[in-house]
Amino acid sequence: MEKHSEHAQYVMGFILALLLTAIPFWVVWTEALAGMRAAAVIGVCAFVQVVVHAHFFLHISTSKQKREDLELILFATLIMVILIGGTIWILSNLHHRMH
Amino acid sequence: MADALFGRLSVDSLAVLHVFEDATINNMVDSGAAGLVIVGSVAAILVLKVFRLWTPLFRDWLFSVDHKRIGVMYMALALVMLARGVIEGVVMRWNQSAALGGGPLDPDHFGQLFSTHGTIMIFFVAMPFIFGLMNFVVPLQIGARDMAFPVLNQISLALTATGAALLMISLVVGEFTTGGWTAYPPYTGAVFSPGVGPDYWIWAILLSGVGSTLTGLNFAVTIYKERAPGMTLMRMPLFCWTALVTSILVVFALPPLTAAAALQALDRYLDFHFFTNDLGGNMMVYANLFWMFGHPEVYILILPAFGVYSEISATFAAKRLYGYETLVGATLCIAVISFMVWVHHFFTMGQSATINAAFGIATLLIAIPTGVKIYDWMATLNLGRIRMTVPIVYMTGFFFLFVIGGLSGIMLANPSIDFQVHNSLFLVGHFHNVIIPGVLFGILAAIHYWFPKVFGFRLHEGLGKLAAVLWIVGFSVTFFPLYGLGLMGMPRRSASFQDPSYEPLMQVAFYGSLIILLALTTVVLTIVVSIVYRRHLATPLGDPWDGRTLEWWTSAPPPPWNFAVRPQVTGVDAFAAAKERGDVYAPLDHYEPITMPAKTSIGFVVLVTTTLLGFAMVWWLWWLAIVALALLVGAIVVGSFYPPTEITIPADDVAREDRKWRESARQDRGVTRDEEISALNHGRAAPDMVAAE
Repeated sequence: MEKHSEHAQYVMGFILALLLTAIPFWVVWTEALAGMRAAAVIGVCAFVQVVVHAHFFLHISTSKQKREDLELILFATLIMVILIGGTIWILSNLHHRMH
Repeated sequence: MADALFGRLSVDSLAVLHVFEDATINNMVDSGAAGLVIVGSVAAILVLKVFRLWTPLFRDWLFSVDHKRIGVMYMALALVMLARGVIEGVVMRWNQSAALGGGPLDPDHFGQLFSTHGTIMIFFVAMPFIFGLMNFVVPLQIGARDMAFPVLNQISLALTATGAALLMISLVVGEFTTGGWTAYPPYTGAVFSPGVGPDYWIWAILLSGVGSTLTGLNFAVTIYKERAPGMTLMRMPLFCWTALVTSILVVFALPPLTAAAALQALDRYLDFHFFTNDLGGNMMVYANLFWMFGHPEVYILILPAFGVYSEISATFAAKRLYGYETLVGATLCIAVISFMVWVHHFFTMGQSATINAAFGIATLLIAIPTGVKIYDWMATLNLGRIRMTVPIVYMTGFFFLFVIGGLSGIMLANPSIDFQVHNSLFLVGHFHNVIIPGVLFGILAAIHYWFPKVFGFRLHEGLGKLAAVLWIVGFSVTFFPLYGLGLMGMPRRSASFQDPSYEPLMQVAFYGSLIILLALTTVVLTIVVSIVYRRHLATPLGDPWDGRTLEWWTSAPPPPWNFAVRPQVTGVDAFAAAKERGDVYAPLDHYEPITMPAKTSIGFVVLVTTTLLGFAMVWWLWWLAIVALALLVGAIVVGSFYPPTEITIPADDVAREDRKWRESARQDRGVTRDEEISALNHGRAAPDMVAAE
């Protein structure tokens, strides 16, 4: 029973992941949307894709015993945003002032 | 052909021979230091031979995966490197005290001295001390049997030792970098530093950096997954909290350093242009990457020391830690803010005032959680029955000196002030003022506090106090003059100076460094004397200070499995609560067999092969590098197929040891807190007064 629902989870995740991959391809292939709109759709799909992977494959959820994993992932995200964002800010500023 | 075989290596590379070519003072110091390494190594080998310690060294220590023994090996490594680092500091102070118009040492030699001093003190003294403490204490405090990954732990130690070994080798063969511990390119690039110096730095940092990252992961997993039943995160001792946060900082902060060192290696070995002056290289990327590591690094070092102060203030005031939640919160705040301040190491690099202001404000903010901690410790001590033991003496020095260092940091956080004193001795005064009273005093206090747990006997109290006072005085006399010199305009890292007004304070600082040398000697003497009088100082029952946390609830030294039965935790200060509830040494009637990780030699193999690999890469001995790498990979592959990885200790053996300990604890009359430093203290606390809340 347990095993069965776990398989179902993986299948569900796989279908969602395929779908979220197919949409961006469809948008670009058929040129249904252009410019920033296309980029926005791709960006949203990418973000949802990350959440789908975390939830269905890495089993991250908001339930009590998984809370620690979620906290660590959020902390990692925060630190990466600070470090990468800060680096881009500093070095683009330096680049700008060098010219 | 000779090039293929020996690479860049030649007879000239041997520093010990330099004095025979040209007997200047500079060469005497150079060759003398190299000679000291050789003599020291030979002496160590002879001592091991004469006392027949080779077998025990390998069997009980180098092949052990026991977190307690790995912790002790980290500490021993750090102590040896500390001796070298302090001596280098004294040599630099000596040179500068006589440097008016040119000192006794060559500028190049002086450059190597401050580069090795910095590299050693951060990476091979402070880090191994912190990791050593965490290794010994954390699994005991959380009621675990060992680390989550014991073999990985052994490998991490090996990689740290590899870095230290490369630094020691650089003293004998070739030279070290003159580019400072930060190794800023393009100066450390192939164009300006064609020698082997920067390569020693790169390989020492790369290899030990991988080890440190693995240690960080190991501790984070251990603390998350191996806690005793009932020990929620908010019931952990504060040292464990700081160890957890430090581990997470290590995981995020070390990779930028490893990446920066790797990119520099590509520049130097394969003519890449990440940080060169020409062809699109940009050294500012290096400064940015380096300090992304460098700033969290200071908190990696100081947070566990803060954890130590939390433990000793509660224990020696015999009170529950004041403001546990605020201390945890402050630790977490520091963890996040420590990633938002790195620009303050290069305010003068040329970015806009807006960026400097933003990072300056973040730097000011980090003082707030640190201040919260200081107040919490003072409130813990307030109204307590404080015993003025050695750790409390160190803590008193810490209170006064660290706050001064913190305040000079607040001054430097203001970019407009920083522009004035940047790269001056004021800065050198500041960071020594936070690292020595903060980190080093914390470590020394921790050594006194946990030594009886590690080895089963206390350290000599009188000598320990003398050492503490010498450290406090020596530090003050050495580093306070540097603030003045910095404000007078003396730049850091100068082998000589021309302004005679610097000379008096320089000489004061030199005498101060001699006091520090005396303090270090006293620390070593304390250990030696305590070993001699170990029967008199024995505390085998394991609780010499009326401790409050789980590590004191087992014999000293603890059995390999730490706890015969893992304790059940119901609140903060689990052991103190258990002692209030009743007999903590009551006999148990049921024991179970315990599964422990088996000994392995993989760590030693990693140590030997990576040291060879690093040495080969430094000297362009490509054939040796390939051989070493092949051996390393081969050993790991073969080792992973080699059973057994676990041994099971029968329940009877566990029961026998545990019953013996509990029985002798019940027989002992125990000591009151006033008798703690007398020979009556066998490690059972029997306080005459109940703890104040």
